[in-house]
This record gives sequence, C-alpha cells and structure tokens, in this order.
Amino acid sequence: MVEANRCLNCFDAPCTAACPTHIDVPRFIKKIASGNVAGSARSILEANVLAGSCARVCPVEVLCEGSCVMHHRAEKPIMIGRLQRYAMDNFYERGLQIPVRQRPELPLRVACIGGGPASLACAAELRQAGVQVTVFDKRDLAGGLNTYGVAEYKLRVSESLREVEAIQATGVEILQREVGCEDLAAFEREFDAIFLGVGLGEMHRLRIPGGETGVMDALDLIAGYKTGEILSVGRTVAVIGCGNTAIDAAVASKRLGADEVHIVYRRGPEEMSAFGFEYEHALQEGVKFLWWRQPIALEAGTLICAATSINEAGDLVVGDMRTELAAEVVVPAIGQSPLAEWLSSVKGIQFAKGRVVVDRATGATSHAKYFAGGDCVNGGREVVDAVADGKRAARGITAALGVMEVAHG
Amino acid sequence: MASLKTTFAGIECINPFWLASAPPTNCGEQIMRAFDAGWGGAVWKTIGEPITNVSSRYSSVDWAGQRMMGLNNIELISDRPIEVNLAEIAEVKRRYPKHAVIASLMVESRRDVWHEMVKRAEDAGSDGLELNFGCPHGMSERGMGSAVGQVPEYAQMITEWVKEVACTPVLVKLTPNITDIRVVARAAKLGGADALSAINTINSITGIDLDTFTPRPNVDGKSSHGGYCGPAVKPIALNMVQSVMADPASALPMSAIGGIGTWRDAAEFLLVGAGTVQVCTAVMHYGYRIVEDMIDGLSQWMDEKGFATLDDFRGLSLPRVTEWKHLNLNYKIVAQIDESLCIGCDLCHIACWDGAHQCIHTDRVTGPVDGHVEVHRKPMEAVHATMNSIAVTRIPKMDPPAVSPGLYKAPLARIPRVDETECVGCNLCSLVCPVEDCITMKEVPAGLAPETWEERTAKLGIVEQC
Ligand SMILES: Cc1cc2nc3c(=O)[nH]c(=O)nc-3n(C[C@H](O)[C@H](O)[C@H](O)COP(=O)(O)OP(=O)(O)OC[C@H]3O[C@@H](n4cnc5c(N)ncnc54)[C@H](O)[C@@H]3O)c2cc1C
Ligand SMILES: Cc1cc2nc3c(=O)[nH]c(=O)nc-3n(C[C@H](O)[C@H](O)[C@H](O)COP(=O)(O)O)c2cc1C
Ligand code: SF4
Ligand code: SF4
Ligand code: SF4
Repeated sequence: MVEANRCLNCFDAPCTAACPTHIDVPRFIKKIASGNVAGSARSILEANVLAGSCARVCPVEVLCEGSCVMHHRAEKPIMIGRLQRYAMDNFYERGLQIPVRQRPELPLRVACIGGGPASLACAAELRQAGVQVTVFDKRDLAGGLNTYGVAEYKLRVSESLREVEAIQATGVEILQREVGCEDLAAFEREFDAIFLGVGLGEMHRLRIPGGETGVMDALDLIAGYKTGEILSVGRTVAVIGCGNTAIDAAVASKRLGADEVHIVYRRGPEEMSAFGFEYEHALQEGVKFLWWRQPIALEAGTLICAATSINEAGDLVVGDMRTELAAEVVVPAIGQSPLAEWLSSVKGIQFAKGRVVVDRATGATSHAKYFAGGDCVNGGREVVDAVADGKRAARGITAALGVMEVAHG
Repeated sequence: MASLKTTFAGIECINPFWLASAPPTNCGEQIMRAFDAGWGGAVWKTIGEPITNVSSRYSSVDWAGQRMMGLNNIELISDRPIEVNLAEIAEVKRRYPKHAVIASLMVESRRDVWHEMVKRAEDAGSDGLELNFGCPHGMSERGMGSAVGQVPEYAQMITEWVKEVACTPVLVKLTPNITDIRVVARAAKLGGADALSAINTINSITGIDLDTFTPRPNVDGKSSHGGYCGPAVKPIALNMVQSVMADPASALPMSAIGGIGTWRDAAEFLLVGAGTVQVCTAVMHYGYRIVEDMIDGLSQWMDEKGFATLDDFRGLSLPRVTEWKHLNLNYKIVAQIDESLCIGCDLCHIACWDGAHQCIHTDRVTGPVDGHVEVHRKPMEAVHATMNSIAVTRIPKMDPPAVSPGLYKAPLARIPRVDETECVGCNLCSLVCPVEDCITMKEVPAGLAPETWEERTAKLGIVEQC
C-alpha cells in the first residue's frame, strides 16, 4: 500500500511503454492504492493474460522498473513486479475469473500449435473476439516453458497451470496432442487460421570426447526439478555456458543438493548473456564461475577444460593450458536449437536464421493462413515477449479474418 | 542567538510554544513532562463538571499513505473531578513557576457558577483563563461550548461575568464553526477579553465504513459529529487568525491554534500576528519531543533573518493580505521547466491539458509548433501511440546497448515544453511537479504600469462619463 502510493501516476507512463504487453502500470497500481484489488487484476489481465507468471518471471529490471522515472530522482524504482504479483495472487486466491467481453460467438476456427505463453496469449485474445480456438501441445501439461522451463524458485508448476485453467475457462480448448508435419494439410482445411507458437527445440549438444555419458540436458534438468521427477544430481556439477538457462540449471543443481556447482564459460563476465541480477542471484546461491575456459573432454567424472583468450584479430582462440574440474554431471546450456526441421515442413513460410519471419505488428508470416509468435519468431526472449507476440498475432488474425474490433469492457 | 521570550497579554512566557487544551494536557504529570521537553506553556484540558466519555473517540483522515492528515474527535471536556485538576495545577505551578499554565474552563451558563469556577482556578495558581466557547460536540447540547461560541451576545455576556471577578488575563477560545469568526471575536473584545485563542476544532465526519455503513469513530454502531484538527485545518486556521488580526474591532493578543506541528507553521501564524501558538494533534501523533525542533528551527530562522525577538516579525505579513481588487492585473508570470531536473513524468503536461490551459506540450522531439492548441498532439494520441508501439525485452547479447543517455536525465521526448505565449501563469504545473524547483514561475515584464481591478473599473467609469 505504501509502495502503491509512492507511484507518481505518470502520464503516458514510461513503465507502460517499456512493457512489451503495455500493461497500464499506474492504472493498476492506483487501483491497489484505492483498495480495488480485483479491478487492478482485471485491468492487468486486459493487457496480459499471463500477468501472474509475468509478475514472477519478468526481468523487470530491464523492463518496466528499469524505465521508472524514480531512477531519475535517484530513488528506488516502484516495485511494479511485486505489486502486480500482489494483485494477481489476490485474483487467483479469490477464485475470480478472467472477464470475457460481450461479443457474438463467431463461426471462425483458429488452431494454436504449441501451448506456451505465445499460443495461450493468442488464444485468449482470439476468444475475447468470439473466435473458436483450439490449442495443441505435445507435452503432458500445457504452459510451455512456464510449466517446464522457467526456474522453480520464480514460478511453480501450479502457478503456471492455474493460468492455463483460467484461460481454458474463457472457452479456449486445449488438447494434448503433437501436431506432426503430416497433420498440417488437414489443419489448413479445418481452420481459418493457424498460429505457430512452438517455441524452440532441444538444447544444443555438447560435442566433446567422453560426452556420451554423465551429461544431462539443461532443460531436462530444470523440468525434472520443477515437476519433482528428478530428486538429486551428483555432488559436483559443471554447467557449460553462461546464459539465463545456464544460471537456472546451476541454481537448480544447487537446490538439488550438489556441493560444488561451476559455470564454465569460454568468455569473460562482460560477454555473458545472462542478466546482471541473474548472475548476482547465482553467486548468492553459491554457484562458482570459471571464465575463459572451454570444455574439451570428459573423463570419468572429470571435465577437462582448455584456457581460451581473444587474439589480436578479436577471435576466440583455445590455448594450451588445461584445467581439470570434478564434475559427476555436466550440463550443457549453450542455447536451444530452432525447430527448423518441423517448421521448414510448413510450406510457404519464410525463415531466416532458424526463425520464422513475420510482420512484427500482426504476426503474419509469408503464408496467408499462418501467423507466428514467441521464441520461434524472436529466437528466444522472455515470456512477456511471447505474450506480446501472441496478442499482436491475435489482432492480426482477427483483422485478416475481417472481425470487427470489439471495444474493451 | 534570537530570543523566544515573549509576554502574552501580561503572561511571561519562556517561549511561544504552548500545548492546547486537549489530551496532552489532561493531568499534571503529563504537563510536567512536557515542560521538561521544552514546552513554554500549557492550557489545561478544559475543566468543568466531570463528564463521561465514550469509546471509541477519534478517527482520522489518512492521505496517500500518510497517517493523520486530519484528526477528528468526539471527546468532551475533562472527565476528572474539578478539585483533582486544580490541585494538580497548584502542584505544577509550584514546581514550574516560570512556565505558563492556563486553566481552560467550561461550566454551566450561570453567572454564579462562572464566578465560583474562576476564583477556584485562580486560587490554584493558574496564570490565565481560557474560556472554551468552542467545543463543537457534546457540550452544546448542555448549553455550553460552541452553543455559546456561535452566539455573540452569549459570548460577550459570559466574558463580562468572568471579567467581573478575574484577576488574571482572560482568553476567549473561538469556534471556527461560524460564518464570520470576527463576529464572536468582536463580542469577546466588547466583553472585556484580554486575549483570544483560535481555532477550536471544525465540525466534521471523517469517513464512513463501507462495510458497516457507520461513520467513524464507531460507538456501538453509531457515530456523532466530531471536531476536526491537525495538518488539514492549518490553512483554515491561518485564514481565520489573519482575518481576526486584520480587523481592529476584533484584534487582541492571539494564541493561534490549528494544524501547527513545526516551527514553520508557528512562524507563519506569528507573521499574521499571533503572540503564542498552541499545539494538540502533532503532539498526539509524535509526542512532546517535537517542541525541540520548533524551538531550534524558529531560533535558527530568526537568526538568519536578523530578528532578535518575536516582536521583530510579528504581524509582518498582515499588510500583504489584501482584497482581490487591489491586486496588480498587469503582473505576468509564466512557467519554466528546468530540463536538467525533469524526470519525465509528464504530470505537468496532463495537468495543464486537463486542468489548466493546454499549453504544456510533449513535442520537443517532433518539433515545437507554437500556436493554437489544436495543432498539437493531444494527450490521448500520445497514449495510443505508446499502446501500439512494439517493445521487447533487451537481451544483453542480442540487442545493441540502450540508447545513449541524452543531454538530460529524462529522454528528451518526455521532457515537456511550455508554450509561454499561451501560459496564463496559474502555477498548477509547478504545484503538481514532483521535483523540487523543477518548474519555476518566471516574471515576464508586461511593459505596462501596475493596475488593479479597482483602478481599471474606476478608469472605465471615467471613460463612460466622457
Ligand atoms: C531454462 C529457461 C528459463 C527461462 N527463464 C525465463 C525467465 O525467468 N523469465 C522469462 O521471462 N523467460 C524465461 N525463459 C524464456 C521463456 O520461457 C520463453 O521465452 C517463453 O516460454 C516462450 O514462449 P513460447 O510460447 O514461444 O514457447 P514455449 O514456452 O517453448 O512453448 C512452446 C510449446 O510448444 C509445444 N510444441 C512444440 N512443438 C509442438 C508440436 N509440434 N505440436 C504440439 N506442441 C508443440 C511445446 O511442447 C511447448 O509447450 C526461460 C527459458 C528457459 C529455457
Ligand atoms: C481529542 C481532543 C480533545 C480536545 N479537547 C479539547 C478541550 O477539552 N478543550 C478545548 O478547548 N479544546 C479541545 N480540543 C481542541 C484543541 O485544543 C485544538 O484547538 C485543536 O485540536 C486544534 O489544534 P491542532 O490542530 O494542533 O490539533 C481537543 C482536541 C482533540 C483532538
Ligand atoms: S514510471 Fe514509476 S512512478 Fe511513473 S507510473 Fe510508472 S511505476 Fe509509477
Ligand atoms: S502555469 Fe498554468 S497555464 Fe501555465 S503552463 Fe503551468 S499549468 Fe499551464
Ligand atoms: S511535472 Fe516536472 S518532472 Fe514531471 S515532466 Fe513536468 S517538469 Fe518534468
């Protein structure tokens, strides 16, 4: 409450501009201040149906809170993420429903392939316009990486699933089914439009001698920890790479009881792709960092790394110095590969660098029937970016299908 | 070092800071602790035939996260026997002979009862008497308090009764619950009062519980009209004290009350002519200790201004309050934004558009267009543009570093610009700006001789005659 009052209620607020889904931040904060917490949550949901998970997983330091005007007066930014979480938790704890706009049911059908944030946001927005939507996901539980990927300490599986259920309650049908390349022709006949929200593929493999055993995929490790299917890792763990996934995998290993967890990165701290606050978090959890090392072989619980450096030409070169690191388990976290094979089977869709090429404002691909968004389009960003993509694609789809814009409220 | 000593209607005071008649002055033990903390005087919690109070008694108005911007009470006068209060007055005076102890009195409107009460209070050793004609609740039903304070004839009559026997100075405490406070002030003066104190609390209902539909404070499902005080009432008190002190038929030594909590508040009341100031709510909120900075801050300020005594600046602001018709119509100021301080909240922009004269624009980047308001981007157009913009999470590796910081801390596009030709100099933007000194009002020479409304209409009158 004190925090909600601290917000200045900026006009055309920069925090709102910085949010990919443009949640009207001062509006929801002032509703908390006035004691209208349910209204606050509803106004958030209007902009972002996955606001509950976003409030937990968003890197707010580089988003809304990063652009709060309080920085300019040398004050702490308003804790927007915390306030949003307060409103959304209150919403779900009270068992409230996502409000559905008054509109006619339309005889239009859209398939959303993939059940992650991008598809769910697209589906929810389409339902608001009265479109009939079916979401297809190949995994046991829907929610995509919200359910299986994002670190457990940020977002629990149950918190991801309650949002999935809330979206289902607006009339979105969710089917557990893998859509194969061979299904697409039938889908094109059956549906008026198809949204691709399939995310990225598997983690890149670590190609080193001895890497056939003692290696665990970072996503499998995180998913296993989250869902409770994995209860322990080894005593010593080496995570390869230094992105946010590497950090999550290293922290999950620590929490699964590993004594020594190293992050091995072939460059220095300046080049890591993890956010600064994620790095700080890992340090706090006791994760150690080994910079300028590249794994070259794995021998019976020992990871052999070569020293690396940058030469005059600016290229990364591997030196002669060797370091041995005890590692019962090695976890490569060197990026997810695109689902290139599957996506390339969709005829008439343009690709670049393994990403589906779309019109950013509408999510339209080069094939009139297909729209796309999320990680498979942006190469792997954040949940909120996937939600924003999904929402824009939904508007692109309704516009393409000639649905009149329905007023909010 | 400036001296805070003062003589108020003949009462010697070590400083002008008195406690108002209220819970902080309920008993001798409290008052002695207050004197130890630095208070120069205390007006005893109103003495009279003991009453019974209700529970609960107080409610408040909180504002934007701040507690007790205004306090409301439905408490009556002292609930302690008269003789206990008087014995304690004697005790306090014996131990603190240099501190002012004023007995606040309220008894039945009968001459003999008042005579008796006055004599007993003076016998106990009080330095002065304050007649409580102000309590807005409870006592009126019994023909006391504001029932007396709202009828000039009664106020004058009771003051006269008191003056018939009083040997010490008599202060009349005025109620603000009247259209023109000067009417009762004049009556008190006619009745022979030596001094005034103002204001007592203002009739109020602070709020209603939206679950029980009962106003606060809730006494078993019902409430009653209360008396409002605290920071919220200061402007009202300042206005009333000023109007009494500017009226020769009303003016007497004034002990100012209402929303005083700091030395700044005190200085302001002294500037409109007060002799001493009294404090209640601020002490109920933070305790007696607040007087330390009131003394320190006021002395410091007087030193800086070169005032050796309170008399050096008492009433200095009185001549600066005038009627509207005497204000200079040819004085013009315009708003100026200090770009280096601006944080880009755009509150001034929306305030001027929705609440003033549509002349603060967010067009520094698109290029300023001076002229009629219609050519500028309207506020909602800016909002729509934002809502339709595409923003992404910046990933260190994937995205170029954020735009390099510009000349100022806020992005240029968010620093508004004042169209000075259209600005009417209303001050609104400078009042809403959350950054101190960021928007200042600058005088622009009008090139015209000063002219008041009175002068202008007089001139027009002459023209018409020609
Ligand atoms: C370890 C990790 C941690 C992360 N941490 C954060 C974080 O803290 N904060 C944050 O904002 N973002 C984080 N992210 C990024 C975020 O999870 C993604 O950007 C986001 O989930 C992308 O959403 P999406 O819908 O595009 O794809 P996904 O969430 O990947 O969903 C795609 C879905 O499609 C399904 N699918 C794929 N192919 C088929 C098919 N043929 N048929 C049916 N279903 C199919 C998949 O099963 C999956 O459920 C993290 C990512 C990872 C890997
Ligand atoms: C709880 C309470 C009880 C009060 N009781 C009396 C009283 O008995 N006699 C009196 O003259 N004024 C009484 N007052 C009024 C105060 O003396 C004072 O005039 C008023 O509160 C305004 O000053 P402030 O803004 O500093 O509180 C009371 C005020 C409060 C809050
Ligand atoms: S920028 Fe900060 S202060 Fe302004 S509206 Fe957003 S959260 Fe509130
Ligand atoms: S002083 Fe008034 S009119 Fe002038 S810019 Fe500010 S708000 Fe607008
Ligand atoms: S109100 Fe002040 S800080 Fe905010 S935009 Fe205007 S000038 Fe800048």
